[in-house]
Amino acid sequence: MRLINKRPDRTSWMLLAALPFLAVLIAYALGSAVRLAENPADKLLPGLTAFADAIDRMAFTADKRTGDVLLWLDTGASLARLAVGIAIAAAGGLLVGLSAGLLPYVRATLSPFVTVVSMVPPLAVLPILFIMVGLGEASKITLIVVGVLPCLIRDLMLKIDDLPRQQLIKAQTLGANSWTIAIRVVLPQILPRLIDSIRLNLGPAWLFLISAEAIASESGLGYRIFLVRRYLAMDVILPYVAWITLLCFLMDLGLRVLQRRAFPWFEEARAGA
Amino acid sequence: MTQISVRNVWKEYGEQVVLEQINLEIAPRSFVALVGPSGCGKTTFLRMLLSQETPTKGEILIDGLPISPEPGPDRGVVFQRYSVFPHLTVLGNVLLGAELKGGGVLGRLFGAARRQARDEAARLLDAVGLSHALDKYPAQLSGGMQQRLALAQALIAKPKVLLLDEPFGALDPGIRGDVHKLMRKLWHEHPMSVVMVTHDLSEAFHLGTRVIAFDRRRNLPEERLRYGASITNDIEVWPRRVAGNPGSGTDPNPPRRDDPATVDGQPDRDDPTDAA
Repeated sequence: MRLINKRPDRTSWMLLAALPFLAVLIAYALGSAVRLAENPADKLLPGLTAFADAIDRMAFTADKRTGDVLLWLDTGASLARLAVGIAIAAAGGLLVGLSAGLLPYVRATLSPFVTVVSMVPPLAVLPILFIMVGLGEASKITLIVVGVLPCLIRDLMLKIDDLPRQQLIKAQTLGANSWTIAIRVVLPQILPRLIDSIRLNLGPAWLFLISAEAIASESGLGYRIFLVRRYLAMDVILPYVAWITLLCFLMDLGLRVLQRRAFPWFEEARAGA
Repeated sequence: MTQISVRNVWKEYGEQVVLEQINLEIAPRSFVALVGPSGCGKTTFLRMLLSQETPTKGEILIDGLPISPEPGPDRGVVFQRYSVFPHLTVLGNVLLGAELKGGGVLGRLFGAARRQARDEAARLLDAVGLSHALDKYPAQLSGGMQQRLALAQALIAKPKVLLLDEPFGALDPGIRGDVHKLMRKLWHEHPMSVVMVTHDLSEAFHLGTRVIAFDRRRNLPEERLRYGASITNDIEVWPRRVAGNPGSGTDPNPPRRDDPATVDGQPDRDDPTDAA
């Protein structure tokens, strides 16, 4: 039988999926054991007990100086920035994408500009943001918006182009005007696709957030890992990275569930198209 | 009653002449089938009737007035695909026509107006045989059911002219027969003219009152660019079908198998003649 026709059954599928994770864990455990046997004070690959200590210290014990539990403080600060940034980008993307996607005059005005702006590396703009809006929350949120918004706009414009032209004609023969076409025909079909776009842009959004926090901040997940880097505190950094990954995964999952619940028609329509 | 007049219409894309010298009068309540080889511009012609495209020269009039330069509710349409909205249920798709027309800024109806529109939509869906599927989404329907839905959706806007662009081309033969029956019934019941593009000649003669063939009169390689297609045949379907009279269109005395066959009333070679 050809390799392309061989399929794992359910159990072997799950075993295979678990394999790379196990391999990484085992490699880490071995490396950590070897280094710790040589030098019990090794900081690069700490053992399980060191992790447990660090997690307990960061997530379940209040900081002696401020009285805050640092992990939750950082998580709250980061998620708030991320949520506000993505919400602004999504609303702006929807507004601009929809009007530029539907109205040729708006498209002619904005499309080339948005294309050029989306080529500007957002991190290169960060110093400008720090200078102009200061080191506070606004600069971090603005960076996320600047990084994500042009991509959302371009993506939504492309997705409006992908809607069959016949639908717009049909709506006009049913007596719709530009506005009612936008809100009754295009918007409801674009919303589930906006969720797709946001899911794809979660990675970049986190990247911009952590970069901004690393450079100038007083709290946040990115701030923390760059702070403790000075002490080679791998026992804190690695759990933080795992935690960020988990948050990212959960946000993606949440958006997927939201898409399925709120737009029950979408999956089948997409499969049929 | 809706008279469509097409006066010396040309359509060119740059250098390419697609249609030339199209003159046509379509009587009220006609069912016109446009046939022709692919690429002969019959769909382009339909799009001009729809105002999806504009003629390069000439004009199209409905009841003596030039048609609006953009699609509007006086002309309904059913395409081969993508005529229905995937995000609305079957009922929602038909209701949308009423809501876009009377729903104001929100494009939605509420209360008594909505109930009334809902009843009308349900009645239309019942007429096309979809009353069992009101809450389904189009993706859950078969191709034939989607086209029935598209017909009901177009009809709720009460168009003067219904334009069909190969609406049944993608359907299985059996299902196509059913939809033909439905199409004829709808044409009899609704006060509209129908213009249908099809590549299926038997469908054209089966449904139409008039079959119009488009073709290129000049088709040598060096002529193809500057000579477009025009109307090459204009055939009145006989026996005549009359809108609103479902019994019409069938010959009351169809020739029987053993009857002598005559062509245009001319006696056949072996027929006895009284040429004395």
